[in-house]
Formats: sequence, structure tokens, C-alpha cells
Amino acid sequence: MKKIIEVQHLSKIFGEHEVLKDIDFSVSKGEVVCIIGSSGSGKSTLLRCINLLEKPSGGQILYNGENILDDKHDTRTYRTKLGMVFQQFNLFNNHDVLSNCMIGQVKVLKRSKAEAREVAMKYLKVVGMEQFINAKPRQLSGGQKQRVAIARALSMEPDVMLFDEPTSALDPEMVGEVLKVMRELAESGLTMLVVTHEMGFAREVADRVVFMDKGVIAEEGTPEQIFNNPTQERTREFLKRTLQQN
Amino acid sequence: MELNVIIKTISKYWPMFIRGAGVTLVISIIGTIIGFIIGLIIGVIRTIPMPEKGFKRILLKIVNATLAVYIEVFRGTPMIVQAMVIYYGSKQAFNIDMTPLFAGIFIVSINTGAYMAEIVRGGIVSIDKGQFEAAYAIGMSHVQTMVNVVLPQAIRNILPAIGNEFVINIKDTSVLNVISVTELFFQTKSVAGNNFKYFETFFIASAIYLVMTFTVTRILRFIERKMDGPENYIIYANQMQVETPEDALRREQLMKGNK
Ligand SMILES: Nc1ncnc2c1ncn2[C@@H]1O[C@H](COP(=O)(O)OP(=O)(O)OP(=O)(O)O)[C@@H](O)[C@H]1O
Ligand SMILES: [Mg+2]
Repeated sequence: MKKIIEVQHLSKIFGEHEVLKDIDFSVSKGEVVCIIGSSGSGKSTLLRCINLLEKPSGGQILYNGENILDDKHDTRTYRTKLGMVFQQFNLFNNHDVLSNCMIGQVKVLKRSKAEAREVAMKYLKVVGMEQFINAKPRQLSGGQKQRVAIARALSMEPDVMLFDEPTSALDPEMVGEVLKVMRELAESGLTMLVVTHEMGFAREVADRVVFMDKGVIAEEGTPEQIFNNPTQERTREFLKRTLQQN
Repeated sequence: MELNVIIKTISKYWPMFIRGAGVTLVISIIGTIIGFIIGLIIGVIRTIPMPEKGFKRILLKIVNATLAVYIEVFRGTPMIVQAMVIYYGSKQAFNIDMTPLFAGIFIVSINTGAYMAEIVRGGIVSIDKGQFEAAYAIGMSHVQTMVNVVLPQAIRNILPAIGNEFVINIKDTSVLNVISVTELFFQTKSVAGNNFKYFETFFIASAIYLVMTFTVTRILRFIERKMDGPENYIIYANQMQVETPEDALRREQLMKGNK
């Protein structure tokens, strides 16, 4: 399998605090990778390093074999290849639903308005929000906002989608609608890197599960290996704790 | 106070009052707009993320320090004094002979700019960090992020403060009479100097000031509501986005309701 993203010896230090330590991992084309782990273990920071919202303190990130930390590498073009979905949705409050999905295409990818509109409508239909194109973000429920945020990211037609706990800020009854969309995307063959607390989703949808603990990757493997036969003591403990809560 | 004195004063001197009010409005409108543009530019510069090293970092530091001095100086001294210093100073030191009107607009603009810079900066930093990050994440530059996402929201939020500056400017242009700008206060003084009815004449002036500030406040309220857009949205029942008659009716009612 062709590797799209390769993270090598990545580290991130905030002041004195080493949040990521010597992280090595990769995502291949068409793969769905879920990152699990307890709060504060550095999952968000890893995702944010990958799309350069945080500047890594050390190590390398290769995108299709190219080092994106190289000064000559164009960060903005690289970011258009990654679609990011945030825990807090972060829809543009001053734009309506359709415009949220068009603005990046028009301003960054320089697509024509007509083309951008067509692409946006296509992905709004994928997430089931095509009826709401005139709504402003403040008029939508959390689940609806997150589905629009997913459509916005998809409209840029990225190579990889990054999700940072997309359902953690949602009321329980809205989690399902978002997970359903993500499941469909996974089945369509999209490459996805998902930070999640939804163990059911990770178990059923992921090709590979990565367990992070205190800034390192403690264990990784197929969902079968991680959930049924974890080799590490801390993985077992984490799973016991989370599964008890649910 | 005698009503017939007021009526007589108005009927005799109304062209002077109108001209004075006109000059006051011109100076405060242009001054507020230019001041706002100055504030916008400075506000955006002052919120550029500091680069970690290199020439750009040094340049940005120097620019920021210069802007901080500008803001401190113009916020920390009275406009009446600034008017004297700039008007007579430019004559004496640089041999520039400004017309009083031009000098007035110039002074009000840079004075307003100093206040607006801080208002705009406050507006920008109050916008949620997530808005910036989402814009960066789809590949927007700092300027694109500002123009398309952050400033429209920030400007909406600071509109009441901008309106406040405008109202203050309408009133404070009266200090420009010290450099003989023929604004409303200056004209009123001339009228009173002719008819010696100080109280009645200045009473008329205060009524004109009040009408101007009140009108401006109303107009800004209207703009605020316009910027907020309709409270409700229309659900499109089909992908062709053809309106059903009901939708069209509803939309029209909505539009009316928002006027
Ligand atoms: N900008 C920052 N400055 C300083 N410390 C930070 C910053 N961002 C994150 N951290 C610290 O880094 C650690 C890892 O944070 P991170 O958000 O990556 O955890 P997480 O695994 O995503 O947790 P959660 O499941 O709660 O989202 C935390 O201890 C956090 O306090
Ligand atoms: Mg997190």
C-alpha cells in the first residue's frame, strides 16, 4: 500500500512539557486509522502537527514522500490536501451553509463560483444537509453543524480527512447521525485519520487502531488485536476504564 | 427665552447654520471613515502572528512599536491641542499651508484612527480561535482569513463602538473652531456675535447637534440589523431549488418582517 502520510520521530514540546515523544506512524491510501487514548495523551496535538496548526519541535512529516517541514514546501497547498474536522465544528459564522462549503474552493483552489457551487451541493447531499444551504451556523443543531463541517472539508476534495473527536461536543442523540456519515465515507474508500472516544466506531470501521498514552504510541494494530488481545498493560487498563463508562 | 427671537434668528441666519452643520457632517463622516480604515489596517497588522525568527520578526517588532507610539500620543492628548500643533506646526516647520477644512479632516482622521485601532484589535481578538484555525486548515492565508472570515465578524461586533466614535466626532469637531474651521460651533459664534442673543442662538445649535447625532445612531442601528440577516432560513424541498409558491410567500413575508 502506498503511504500518504509518514510521521517519523515526531516530537512536540510546549514550554517544558513534552507532549509528543518520538512518534512514528503512517497512513496508507484508503486506510481508516483511529487514534484512541485518554485525555491529555496528545492525540489532538498529533493531528494538529500533521496539518501544521502546531509546529513540530522535532522529527519529520512526509506527505507522499516529501518532507513538508522543509522551508521550501508550500504549507497552504499542503493543507488543501488535508480535510480537517474539529471537535467544536468551527463553521464560519458569517457565512451560510453553502458559502461555508464554497469559500475555500473559490478563494484557495480558485475554482469558479459555478463549479464550487456544484461541488458543494454534491457533498452537502452526501451529508444530508442540502436542504439547509441558506441557514447560518447559529441556526443549526450541533449534529447538523458537524455534518456541514464535514461537507466543507470534503468540498476541497482532499486526499486525507482528519477528524478530531468529531462527536465529543454533541448531545448523545446527535452522535449517531454524524457517525453514520463517517461510516459511509469510510466505506467509499476515503483515507481517514480519526481521533475518537467512540470505541464502537473504532472497532467496526477502523482498519487499524492506534493507542496513545502520555505522548507515545503505546500500541497499534487491527481492531481485533487492540480490543480483544491487547499486549500492553496500559492498553488493557484504558479499555477497561472506557468500556466500563459506556 | 423668547420664541420669536429663535424664529427671527433662524429665518435670518439659517444659511449659516446649514453651512456650519454641513461642514460638521462632512468632517465627521470623512474623518470617521478614514479613521476606521486606518484602524482596520493597524488592527490587522497588530494581530499578525509573530514569526519565530528572522528579518520579518524584527520588521514586525519595529512596525508594532511605531504604531503603539502613534496610538498612545493621539489618545493621550486633547484633540484641541493636536489641532493647534498640527495646523500651526505644519505651517511653521514644513511651510505647508493647509486650508482649515483640510486640516480639520486630517486631524479628526488620525485622531479617530488611534481609537479605532484599539477598537478593531479588540474586535479581532474577541473572535474565537477556531475561526482562524478552520480558515488556515483549508489553506487560507492570513489576509484571506482576515478578509473573508474574521473581519466581517469583528466589524459586526464593533459596530456599536464605531457608531460611538462617529457621534463623538460630530460633537468634537466643535473644537476645530480654534483653527477657524467654519463648522457649526464656529458659525453659531459668528451669528451670536452679530445679534448678541447668545442663549437663543446656541440653543438652536444644540438642537441641530442633537438631530444629527440622533439620525446617525438610528442609521447605524438599521445597518446592524441588516448585517445580522434574517432570523429564519428557508428549507429547500428539492435539489433544483425551485421555490414553491409557499416558500416564495414565506420569503417575502420574512423580508418584510426584517425591514
Ligand atoms: N497550546 C498549548 N500550550 C501548552 N500546552 C498544551 C497546548 N496544547 C495542548 N497542550 C497540552 O498538551 C497535552 C496534550 O494535549 P492534547 O490536546 O493533544 O490531548 P488529547 O489527547 O487530544 O486530549 P483530549 O482527549 O482531552 O482531547 C495536554 O497536557 C495539554 O495540556
Ligand atoms: Mg483532543
